[in-house]
Amino acid sequence: MTANQRTVNVCQGTGCISAGAEQILSLLKAEVAGLNLSDSVLVRGTGCHGLCQAAPLVAIEPDGILYAKVSPDDITDIARSLLPDGKPVERLFYYDTVIDRPLAIFRDIPFYYKQQRFVLRNLGNIDPDSIDDFVNAGGYGAARKAVTGMTPEEIVEEVKSSGLRGLGGAGFPAGRKWETCRVEMAEQKYVICNADEGDPGAFQDCAVMEGDPHSILEGMIIAGYAVGSDTGYIFVRAEYPRAVARLRTAISQARERGYLGKDVMGTGFDFDIHIFQGAGAFVCGESTALVRSIEGGRGIPKAFPRPRTTEIGLWDKPTLLNNVKTFASIPVVINNGGASFASRGTETCKGTAIFSLAGNVVNTGLVEVPMGTRLREIIYDIGGGILGGRAFKAVQTGGPSGGCMPAELLNLPVDFDSLTEAGSMMGSGGMIVMDQDTCMVDVARYFLDFTRRESCGQCVPCRVGTKQMYDILDGICRKEGRPGDIELLVELGESIAETSLCALGKSAPNPVLTTIRYFRDEYEAHIIEGHCPAGVCSSYQ
Amino acid sequence: MAEQLPEEFVSDILSSHVNSPGQLLPILLDVQHKVGYLPEEGVQTIAEFLGIDVGEIYSVASFYSQFRLTPIGKYHIQVCRGTACHIRGAPRILGELENQTGISEGETSSDMKYTLETVACMGCCALAPAIKVNSNVHGELTTRKADEVMHSLPEEETDDS
Repeated sequence: MTANQRTVNVCQGTGCISAGAEQILSLLKAEVAGLNLSDSVLVRGTGCHGLCQAAPLVAIEPDGILYAKVSPDDITDIARSLLPDGKPVERLFYYDTVIDRPLAIFRDIPFYYKQQRFVLRNLGNIDPDSIDDFVNAGGYGAARKAVTGMTPEEIVEEVKSSGLRGLGGAGFPAGRKWETCRVEMAEQKYVICNADEGDPGAFQDCAVMEGDPHSILEGMIIAGYAVGSDTGYIFVRAEYPRAVARLRTAISQARERGYLGKDVMGTGFDFDIHIFQGAGAFVCGESTALVRSIEGGRGIPKAFPRPRTTEIGLWDKPTLLNNVKTFASIPVVINNGGASFASRGTETCKGTAIFSLAGNVVNTGLVEVPMGTRLREIIYDIGGGILGGRAFKAVQTGGPSGGCMPAELLNLPVDFDSLTEAGSMMGSGGMIVMDQDTCMVDVARYFLDFTRRESCGQCVPCRVGTKQMYDILDGICRKEGRPGDIELLVELGESIAETSLCALGKSAPNPVLTTIRYFRDEYEAHIIEGHCPAGVCSSYQ
Repeated sequence: MAEQLPEEFVSDILSSHVNSPGQLLPILLDVQHKVGYLPEEGVQTIAEFLGIDVGEIYSVASFYSQFRLTPIGKYHIQVCRGTACHIRGAPRILGELENQTGISEGETSSDMKYTLETVACMGCCALAPAIKVNSNVHGELTTRKADEVMHSLPEEETDDS
């Protein structure tokens, strides 16, 4: 290695790969070798760099230069730019439409510099298949600190003082959950990572698994030690084969290095992690349904009142279940301390929120901001505003359990409580921006079509109710709406929310209730005035 | 794969599994992945291996969207119907592919060339609307680009069939 070594990070996230990034990586490796630069330049694949809109992305470090929308024709020029007298390839700089000029350094791009990356700290910066990259970035330091120097009680206290809330959507305080699992008396306990990211429009868990799998393992090791468990499972949804492959590699590397298995890091503590692939059912994101799925059954949630999973979980043993991002946050909490973590965010929601920003927005991609950041900042400053200069209509968060918020709420701070108050929810972190050409009745129908298909069918309000709501919405979209439909939808929605057995049913009416709350005039335009204002519903044309 | 009878093939797959509680889904996924669907004779073999009812296996298999009980076509086309894809034109893309293939969502063509399905979300929301043909993702589609993808198919490898 020489002092002027450069690293070429070629994004291998799902977005970039579908834009041809695998070929870019192999061509660049060959070209760099052909120029005899292999001693001074390292070319490697990384996880998601963030700005998926400009895929495929190539970043040159330590310069910080970002090349956007790279094609095989650009490879020679990029490789030559790495020669001692090479010049950056200006035509590949990202063009920022807000400030109306190309930007060479990615940290100068508003999309990046307005973010604070903690959970996503390693994405785009390390090769996810290299445990050395991870360790060189400080990886497994927190696990070592926890397992060799802290008691389980101290770890739980640290997590409690961090204020970290579960990032799978519900926002339950992580420290309290860890505490209840830790104090259970049992020979066997389990730790489960919920990676069943089923919300359509959310890909951040996928990106963390693909881009930084060891951070999840590290968080789970710390959790296992803290609650007294020797076995962990990662429940990954079936639609993410690449995430499964990278996690498998990470687990086998961690076993080889003694971070997993018997006698972790020579401490006498045993902990191993297994991957369980889901088989395609949205309801399995619900903790008790997920547990039943691992046990080999149909993924049907347990009805309330029921014992907590931390008391009676997998195989009836105490089980700690957290989301991918929650586990990936744990090393930060342990390394920097709970108080440091809690210094970011709002009074009641600490740390950062992670969103997959998508829909009719200029910069689609992966975004991490402190809790409490306003919707406007995410959509306009980071996201670059609405695509094609069209008008903003709504922003949807929380997937099928969330809601659509109008322009009047753009100043809303993004945290668990504010979003719930607005009728939506944080959910797993999908954020879909909708422009003037989106029909809100069609969007509501879309979500109810999803939930009626995904209802497990065990309780009537959800199984029958979502079908009834869908039929009414479908009628309105087909120009068969009747006066009274809106009131009926509200009545149905409220009773489904009240009487369903699990969170899927309870939250299923949210997309309908919020669109009626904020966009009632669009429903009325369909039913009373006989037109679809957005021009989406073809029966009105 | 085509040389072997389904039950023999499934027996081979079972040899890499142990009979313990919770093994049903991993076994079904393994068979589905390697055979492309769950053949009836194979389900019988799995039931004997695990010592459970065939009915129990179908009860579980029919609950999850990943499992298919009939063979799939040479080109397995999955149209993402995630939220971002929906608002950026997935319904139009699906309509175009239905026209191109002559089959509807959920069907396999009689010549076994195409299977057309929708999926909840593939995680490529930033490149919406997207489809997947076998293991290749095609993003930022228009109906014209979807056409081009279909016309380029005969040259493409079928890498996960």
